[in-house]
Amino acid sequence: MLKRTVLYDTHVAAGARMVDFGGWEMPLHYGSQIEEHHAVRRSAGVFDVSHMRVAEIEGSDARALLRRLLTADIDRRAPGQAMYSCMLDERGGVLDDLIVYRRGDDRARFRAILNAATADRDLQWITSLASADGLRVDIRPQAQLAILALQGPESPAVLARAQPALAEHALPLASFRAAFVDGAFVARTGYTGEDGFEIVVPGEQVRALWQHLRNAGATACGLGARDTLRLEAGMALYGQDIDESVTPLESGLARTVELDGDRQFVGRAAIERQRAEGPRRQLLGLKLLGKGVLRSHQDVRSAHGDGQVTSGGFSPTLLVSIALARVPAAVAVGDTVTVELRGGAAQALVVKPRFVRNGKPLI
Amino acid sequence: MKVPPELKYTDSHEWVRWEKDGSATVGITDFAQESLGDLVFVELPQVGRPVKAGEPCAVVESVKAASDVYAPIDGEVLAVNQAAAEKPESINADAFGAWLFRLRPTDAAAKPAAHSRLLDAAQYASSIAEHK
Repeated sequence: MLKRTVLYDTHVAAGARMVDFGGWEMPLHYGSQIEEHHAVRRSAGVFDVSHMRVAEIEGSDARALLRRLLTADIDRRAPGQAMYSCMLDERGGVLDDLIVYRRGDDRARFRAILNAATADRDLQWITSLASADGLRVDIRPQAQLAILALQGPESPAVLARAQPALAEHALPLASFRAAFVDGAFVARTGYTGEDGFEIVVPGEQVRALWQHLRNAGATACGLGARDTLRLEAGMALYGQDIDESVTPLESGLARTVELDGDRQFVGRAAIERQRAEGPRRQLLGLKLLGKGVLRSHQDVRSAHGDGQVTSGGFSPTLLVSIALARVPAAVAVGDTVTVELRGGAAQALVVKPRFVRNGKPLI
Repeated sequence: MKVPPELKYTDSHEWVRWEKDGSATVGITDFAQESLGDLVFVELPQVGRPVKAGEPCAVVESVKAASDVYAPIDGEVLAVNQAAAEKPESINADAFGAWLFRLRPTDAAAKPAAHSRLLDAAQYASSIAEHK
């Protein structure tokens, strides 16, 4: 039995095509995925991402736990700042990628947002790590909370029209900053490569919030557009581009691994070993040079060995097929590789894994 | 969901229209385009290629997935619709207008009803109802 968010009936009434995503019945699109994609690049769109799991991590040892758990150092973040990082196993494999927010300045309250498909496993991992280290931490999943992502260049204007009181606190936020406003939580974060906000509210308030944002001009967007937007932005999708079989260094996520100091986070030894030896694989971008569509799991052949497409698709902004691919370390931007497409072999150009940002093509 | 009564259908979601000259025009159904989502790429067969019923002879790719289009009958490719390949979104807009290819049936004398693989509109409509 698939789980449903509070907005399930709202999506169905709006004509959404519902699909299974990580055990949740979620909207894929409401008619045209491409139009939803363009709405986010050009104006504003709203996504129901309530399948993602909010967890409060609080207590006198919460800080110590997060410094042990995550590749980036929460101590280096200011109150109200968001931190994107990875949670690794001892071998350096990625268990999840997540954002943790520092709440107050008492260093004892944090909020994490976990991927839907990995949330249960994450919570087990976090709890067992805390108990193995004898840390006093209260870890509380918040299943009653709903999450909307308002994304696109007109997001500030839409939020100001839809929720003036919330917007008063949200609009001054810099990128990757967050604030609590009367029981709501708003962060200037997203998964599209555009300006925007992620808003967390109690489930009983989310229908009204969704409706206000829609009335204020935000297009309802499904997970299909979310996927093409994040692919154009070059953002990894857990379970597809990253999983426990690869390290952040092999996934374009080296920037999330903060090795300065002697903070002993889980997986550090493996990461340091790999860094010393040099990772054998890397995640780069591909731009298809001919016709067709790159898809995940297609084989990539290069002069330096073989690789594989991890996420591929058609870019509605660039009108060409693009992909993220894991390839040998010697492959460089500007190289041409061969990809086994459905219809036969085709050439693709290796590019930086960042295709579109703030509405502008980067390749 | 549109299922025009004058057309024949396959269980793999192609439609077939018999033309006055005895040729057969083939496309994908409204159900197929809606299931696939926004189409972004279409690959058509070579004109002159002989095809067997059930053989993949075109590809339609959407934002979501790639799907083969199968020849509904034995025949030879007479013509292809380049306009549909250039504007794949035209298939989303009008699946029964944006045809993909036209076949000259191998068995020109056979009546449409003799092609045992094909479904009539009522049969097809009930088969897609089960998918829902």
